[in-house]
Amino acid sequence: MGHGGKSNEKVVFVGDSRVRKGNGFITPPDYTSYPGKSEAFIPNFLLKEWMVGVVVLVGFLVLTISEPAPLGFPANPTASVIPMPDWYFLFLYQYLKYPYASGDFIVLGTLGVPGVAFGGLLLAPFLDRGKERRFYRRPIASAIMLLSLVSIVYLTNFAWTHYKHELAKTGIKPEEERRIEKAREAREKGLPAPSNAVQTKEVAIVDKDDAGMESFKKATCISCHAADLKGASGPSLRGVGDKHDKAAILTIIKEGKKGPDGNMPPMYDTAKGAGLSDQDIDHLAEWLSKQKAEAK
Amino acid sequence: MLKSVYNWVDERLDITPIWRDVADHEVPEHVNPAHHFSAFVYCFGGLTFFITVIQILSGMFLTMYYVPDIINAYASVEFLQTKVAFGQIVRGMHHWGASLVIVMMFLHTLRVFFTGSYKAPREMNWVVGMLIFFVMIGLGLTGYLLPWDNKSYFATKVTLEIANSVPVLGPIIKELLQGGTIVGAQTLTRFFAIHVFFLPAVLLILLVGHFIMIRRQGISGPL
Repeated sequence: MGHGGKSNEKVVFVGDSRVRKGNGFITPPDYTSYPGKSEAFIPNFLLKEWMVGVVVLVGFLVLTISEPAPLGFPANPTASVIPMPDWYFLFLYQYLKYPYASGDFIVLGTLGVPGVAFGGLLLAPFLDRGKERRFYRRPIASAIMLLSLVSIVYLTNFAWTHYKHELAKTGIKPEEERRIEKAREAREKGLPAPSNAVQTKEVAIVDKDDAGMESFKKATCISCHAADLKGASGPSLRGVGDKHDKAAILTIIKEGKKGPDGNMPPMYDTAKGAGLSDQDIDHLAEWLSKQKAEAK
Repeated sequence: MLKSVYNWVDERLDITPIWRDVADHEVPEHVNPAHHFSAFVYCFGGLTFFITVIQILSGMFLTMYYVPDIINAYASVEFLQTKVAFGQIVRGMHHWGASLVIVMMFLHTLRVFFTGSYKAPREMNWVVGMLIFFVMIGLGLTGYLLPWDNKSYFATKVTLEIANSVPVLGPIIKELLQGGTIVGAQTLTRFFAIHVFFLPAVLLILLVGHFIMIRRQGISGPL
């Protein structure tokens, strides 16, 4: 491949091509007026492009291996999460938080400014119609683009630091980090990696007719954990015996619990107020501790 | 051996002109990073295509395990991430590749903009390129929901609220994407279909157009 040599034709054909000059859909472009030496796309130029590609590929694979793709916990509409779009939407996300881009001005925010910006970008060749190609001789087009770049970088950085700040303030850890931590803790205890997927097999209530069930209703537990123990604003208590033993459940009843998804207040006094004796509460805790997924 | 196979096919189908259209053309020196190191800025377009190919391949492998329903979506991604051999690598490539393709495309756009390569006669190719940009953004947006964890769920809710605030068309767009009144089972299957079938089909058509135009018009000259 490459230049054929002696031919006087403007376009030099290569190898055994039997297509006559000017035939076919795509005529090879003529670069003879450009400075320097052109070279064949395959294999000469593609090899060079591939070398650049390999450098990128190695960096890409190092990133992939060192930073596993994040995964949080299954979607739960009642979870309290700081919503975060992917990083390349952050600038739009941040922009829409400003008062002149939200509320009464939401149309300006969602349609006006982004519409003009993206519309302008889409139609750039029809707006900037001069012959001049060098960016420093096209001050208006270049200035608009540079200004947009600066604002995108600023807004993205602002949104990200704000998010980090929110995390620090509320003490919330991103779920993808919590999942990794949970898996590491299990590994250190010698347990298999826990699955966070929603259980499709329903855990049954153990000893449904036990006196504990009566106490559970009486002590207003059902207002948060629901009459079927599946949970409402509080978590499901089906299979809770797998997580806590009787003593731990008693402590939670007496002292409440601070969890990542919300807090449970101490319920001991409420239970007493509802007419439960210490013995009843003790039995309630025992009954709850028997709520194991594997029990018959 | 290879040559005789080629000749055998060529005799029957005359494939040489196709080969010439695709591969046999010259590339000028000012875009060649081996001649001028700074010419690596001209590689961003090719790199975008390279990463896109990686995205398509890794995505094809991901769909071997992924299940687009609200019970199993998370479970299948978790299984893929923690149990399947090399699953973490393939998912990682798709995850980071999604960001990288945006980065490369952005750099390619800036290169074309600042070298003024979108000017006559290449206006149409710029417009097609911007359409590719929007399709890629759409792919990123729809793909973000698919793991069905809290992050993707709430981000999608916010996105659909933003779409909803567009006058007149907003509620229609929202309902069309959401497939109902809540972000739920229908939303997931719709986003999956858009991410895996609709947008890639559009993307491939646009890419073919982009490449045919660059081949017909040639590379823009040096500044």
